[in-house]
Amino acid sequence: MIWVDTIAQGVLLGGLYALFAAGLSLVFGIMRLVNLAHGDLIVMGAYLILLLVTLLGLPPFLAAAVAMPLMFCIGWCLQKFLLNRTLGDDILPPLLVTFGLSIALQNALLEGFSADSQRLPTNAMTTASFQAGPISLGVMPLLTFGSAVLVIIGLNQLFYRTELGRAFRATSDDATTASLMGIKPANIFAAATGIALVIVTIAALYLGLRANFDPNVGPARLIYAFEAVIIGGLGSLWGTLAGGIIIGVAQTVGAAINPEWQILSGHIAFLLVLLVRPRGLFPRAHD
Amino acid sequence: MTYFVTTQTPASRIATVAGGILILLLFALPFFAGRGTIRDMFFILTMLTLAQFWNLLAGYGGLVSVGQQAFVGAGAYALFALVILGGLDPVLAVPLAGGAALAVAVPTAFFAFRLNGAYFAIGTWVIAEVVRLIVAQWKSLGGGTGTSLPRDATRDMWFVELIEASLGVRSAAARDILAYWISLVLALATIGGIYWLLRTRRGLALAAVRDNVDAARSVGVDAARMKWIVFLTSAFGTGVTGALIYLQKARISPDAAFSVTDWTAYVIFIVVIGGIGTIEGPIIGVLIFFALQSLLADYGSWYLMTLGVLAIIVMLVAPRGLWGLLSEKTGLHLFPIRRRLQGGQLNRSEDTP
Repeated sequence: MIWVDTIAQGVLLGGLYALFAAGLSLVFGIMRLVNLAHGDLIVMGAYLILLLVTLLGLPPFLAAAVAMPLMFCIGWCLQKFLLNRTLGDDILPPLLVTFGLSIALQNALLEGFSADSQRLPTNAMTTASFQAGPISLGVMPLLTFGSAVLVIIGLNQLFYRTELGRAFRATSDDATTASLMGIKPANIFAAATGIALVIVTIAALYLGLRANFDPNVGPARLIYAFEAVIIGGLGSLWGTLAGGIIIGVAQTVGAAINPEWQILSGHIAFLLVLLVRPRGLFPRAHD
Repeated sequence: MTYFVTTQTPASRIATVAGGILILLLFALPFFAGRGTIRDMFFILTMLTLAQFWNLLAGYGGLVSVGQQAFVGAGAYALFALVILGGLDPVLAVPLAGGAALAVAVPTAFFAFRLNGAYFAIGTWVIAEVVRLIVAQWKSLGGGTGTSLPRDATRDMWFVELIEASLGVRSAAARDILAYWISLVLALATIGGIYWLLRTRRGLALAAVRDNVDAARSVGVDAARMKWIVFLTSAFGTGVTGALIYLQKARISPDAAFSVTDWTAYVIFIVVIGGIGTIEGPIIGVLIFFALQSLLADYGSWYLMTLGVLAIIVMLVAPRGLWGLLSEKTGLHLFPIRRRLQGGQLNRSEDTP
């Protein structure tokens, strides 16, 4: 019965990884940009929320809501003024610029907030858990998973029900033709990164509520996010959730066997999927 | 007058002579320089070698790897295993350690080549993490906390006694000098080897694949094979360099040997700032890197932040780096690769308009 519990915890942990991955997946899907600073942006979001909590005394969830528009603006500007200039046929500039950004951001956070680990304040509600049959479920992991599902539903609605979503899909398919129809790809890309950073803020909230964080944890979050995206198949948001769940379950099962194997077994699961299904579990028909 | 094809330029001829003198000076350095200088030069030369191999991968092969630390760490740990568990002489273990990096590189390539372009970068990173986590389980080499080279192994190392006697230095200084000379030979062999590779048919094929994969394939270049050759060569060289670096440090831990900042971020910044896709670029880059480090070493994270921002600016303003700017302005090439047709009618037709 302990295994059922382990797997349930893993599935819920997968929700967190799917949240890490959704922003990465969105940006890649629209402009084929792999943002190596994604993990550090999540950590930056967590510090922004922490700052709002300590300075204004807001509860974490409200602080995250305040942080969202700020993060949207940061993402919009980042894309408009920096990353748009790196887009093109050559894959080197976006990779190297985002890698430089990752290192710069990590060390800026280190300078501003020191290397001490931090945590967002929790209350009785967020640390509570209840018994469902043989398994005990934490409220916070459930909230995380629910948020991940809501984010994915929301993104799918945005993509297929709104004018902005249509512009996203058109620019993703063919930026040149889309610009003939009066769409400005530069602004569409900026909006996409802005939305990605709103999702990053949600991911940051749960990161900070569930565990300690410090400026150096960003790269590992990027790697989990990346693994979830690749396992799920590029461009499929539900696939990304499945990918997150696979990483989460692999990690908790690995940790149950030997605590030292937690991270390693997540990576091994990723490599196994890559071996069997190089294009992921739910690849898009084209590209 | 006959035609002939040449890659030489006047500048490259001067560079050959100046380079020859510089190499002699560098070999003679331990006879007149102090221990601090030797250590600094060792650092510069090993970083230069790592940068040249990453440049071969990314600048010429189009394979942007963020997982070079896998090969540095594999080479370094192989050195420690060969010395501690195998009882080999450390000097002999350095080239053998390249084999361990190669052994890691084959499965890495097998997985990472399944990922395209940008995803290849993070793929190599994931594999470097996997190697680090596995090595951290290796209890006989200290597990997660690491281990040191035994004192008698480093003391009785080949050539150390010879250097001690002939230069009249203590054992520790003699070890630094030995490591420096090996690093000098390694750096020269790397630059020479890469230059040679780029001037052969393979080098031409490599440039063709980098510039346009489809066009290169249409004229019969085996693009997949070129990728393998470049990846394995670079892994081997990086592994040997990693072993040498940790021979000099004599102390290893998984977190240090597989550090993404030390062995990949620094290397990328060196190449990007100096000029990607040129042999001269990493040389300039490593000098700037060292100067910045000496200037800003006391400021800790400000230093890395500056490097990161500098790399972003260079990539946006001058994607070919400082050397690219310079050679664009002056037409200077110290390691020319381009084949030019000279002599015969070509020059005469210029004389008589």
